[in-house]
Amino acid sequence: MSIDLKTIKHISKLSRISIDEQRAKKLVGDLNSIFDFIEKLNELKTENVKPLTSIAETTLKLRSDEVKSKNIREQIIKNSPKDNEDYFVVPKVIE
Amino acid sequence: MSDITKQSLTELVESIKNKKLSSSEVTKAFIERSEKSKVLNAYITEDFTSALDKAKKFDQKPNLDLKLPGIPMAIKDLFCTKNVKTTAGSKILNNFVPTYESTVTENIWNEGAILLGKLNCDEFAMGSSNETSFFGNVQNPIDKDLVPGGSSGGSASAVAGQLTPITIGTDTGGSIRQPASFTGTVGLKPTYGSCSRYGIVAFASSLDQAGPMAQNVKDCALLQEVISSFDLKDSTSIDFKRSNYSKELTNNIKGKKIGIPKEYRVDGMPKEIEDLWQKGIEYLRDCGAEIINISLPHTSYALPTYYIVAPAEASSNLARYDGVKYGYRANGENLIDMYEKTRSEGFGAEVQRRIMIGTYVLSSGYYDAYYLKAQKVRRLIKNDFDEAYKKVDAILTPSTPSSAFKIGEKSNDPISMYLNDIFTVPVNLAGLPGISIPAGHDSKGYPLGLQIIGKAFDEQNILNIAFAIEEKIKFKNKINDWWIK
Repeated sequence: MSIDLKTIKHISKLSRISIDEQRAKKLVGDLNSIFDFIEKLNELKTENVKPLTSIAETTLKLRSDEVKSKNIREQIIKNSPKDNEDYFVVPKVIE
Repeated sequence: MSDITKQSLTELVESIKNKKLSSSEVTKAFIERSEKSKVLNAYITEDFTSALDKAKKFDQKPNLDLKLPGIPMAIKDLFCTKNVKTTAGSKILNNFVPTYESTVTENIWNEGAILLGKLNCDEFAMGSSNETSFFGNVQNPIDKDLVPGGSSGGSASAVAGQLTPITIGTDTGGSIRQPASFTGTVGLKPTYGSCSRYGIVAFASSLDQAGPMAQNVKDCALLQEVISSFDLKDSTSIDFKRSNYSKELTNNIKGKKIGIPKEYRVDGMPKEIEDLWQKGIEYLRDCGAEIINISLPHTSYALPTYYIVAPAEASSNLARYDGVKYGYRANGENLIDMYEKTRSEGFGAEVQRRIMIGTYVLSSGYYDAYYLKAQKVRRLIKNDFDEAYKKVDAILTPSTPSSAFKIGEKSNDPISMYLNDIFTVPVNLAGLPGISIPAGHDSKGYPLGLQIIGKAFDEQNILNIAFAIEEKIKFKNKINDWWIK
C-alpha cells in the first residue's frame, strides 16, 4: 500500500493543518516509510484476539455530582489568545 | 558552593534536616550552577527569584518532617505549574500560563520542595533526542554536541549536570529511561495508573506516565514515593497500596527470579551492549538471583504497534490546540483558515507528522486495518509479559540499542530515530514499571544503561534489584564540566 500526494492533502485537511506543496511531497516519503515499517503487523493473525483498549482494566469510579470550582470564569478566559471579557472570540462565522 | 550540587538528594535532605545546610544555601548553589550552564539549554523557563524567596520563607519556619524539606527542583516543562509558563516544548503553548497545578507537582511541593524552573523537552514529548523542541537542542553534559536523549532531555541533562538534585520526566515510549541511559542517570517509568496524569500535557493517554529521574536508586525511590498517589481527577489512576519505597529499599534480592528475553538480542546491537548485559546477569547471579531464559515472542511488533497507538491518541489529544481557548493563534480569513494556519505555524514538523499518521489510521476505511489491529497486537504483547511473569519476578534487558548519538545524526530519518525506543516501548504498551540504571561505558566513554522491567505495581522489587546492581557496579559518571568556563 502506498500513500500518494492526494491522500496526504486529504489527511492534512482532516488534521486541520495547512501544508504547502513542498512539505506535502516530503510527507509522502515520510509516511510511506513509516507505514512500510508498520505493515509488519500483517504477519500476525489476530482474528481471535480481543483488542486491548485500556491497560488499566478498572471500572470507572462514580462520584457525586457536586460543583467544586466556582467563579473561575476569569481563570478560564485568562489564556485566550484574543482580549475577551466574557467569551472566546473567533473570526466571523456567519456573514 | 560547588560541593553542595555534588550531593545526592538523600544527602541534601539529611543536611537540611540536621541543619548543616539551609534551604537558601542549597537553592542558591543550584541556581548559581544553572546560571553557569546556559550552554546546555536545559531550561525553558527559569524561576530563580521566586525559588530564592520560597527558600528564605522555608528557612524562617522550616518543617523538617517533610520528605523534601526546602529542596530546590527543576521539572520537565510538560507538567502544568500554576502561574508559571508551561510550554510542552511547543510554539503553540509558548504563552500558556496554567491557572492550576498538576497532581504530581502538587505532591512534590506539598512535601516541601521548591520549583527552580521548567526543563526543555521534545515538543509534546514526541522525540528521542530533544531535537524537536521549539526551544532548541539540549546538550548532554557527557560530551559536546551529544544529544541527551528524549523526550525528557532537559531533565536528564539537568540531573547529570547537577543543575537540579533530582527531577521528574514523563515516559510514553521510553522518554524517561532512554535519556537516563544516555546521561548516566537513573530513570523510573512507573506502572500505568501509579502517578496521576492530571495536569500533564497529554501525548498518548493510554501510555503516558510521570516518573523520577535521579543520580541514584535511593533518590529515585524517595521521589517515587512522593509522586505516586491515587487521584480522582485522573480516571485511570489506580487505588493500590503504595509502599515507602525508599524506606523499604534493600539490596537483598536472594532467590529472585530474573528473566532474560532472547528477543532483545537484536541484529546490529553493538557488542559493548551485549557485554554489558552479560555483566548485569553475572552481577545478579552474584547477588543470589536466579537467571532464567525467557521468550517474549511479540517484541519485534511493539514498535510498529506503538507507531499506530501513540499517534492515534496524539492526534485526538492535540485536536484541542485550535487557537481559540489558549495558546498561539494565527490570523486567518475565516474560522477554518485560522485553525489550519494556527496548527501549521504552531506545531513543529515531527508533531505534524504524528498528528497526520494518527488521523490517517483513525480515518474511515483504515480504522480496522490499523488501529484495531494495533490494539489486538498490543494484547499479544501484554500476554507475553503475563506468561513470562508466571516464571520470573522481573526481567533484565539493555535500556537502549546504542549509546548517545551526535546532534543532527538521526534527525532526518524518522525510522532510525524511532528505533531508539525498541527496548522501552513494550513496557509502556503493557503498562508495566521499568527502570534504567547506568551500568557501564562504551569505548567512547559514553554511559550505557540496563533496564529492569517489573510486574504491574511491583516498583519496590525493581528498585531493589536496581539498588543491588548499583552497589555491585559502582558506576561513576564521567563528566568534566566542559561547558563551564
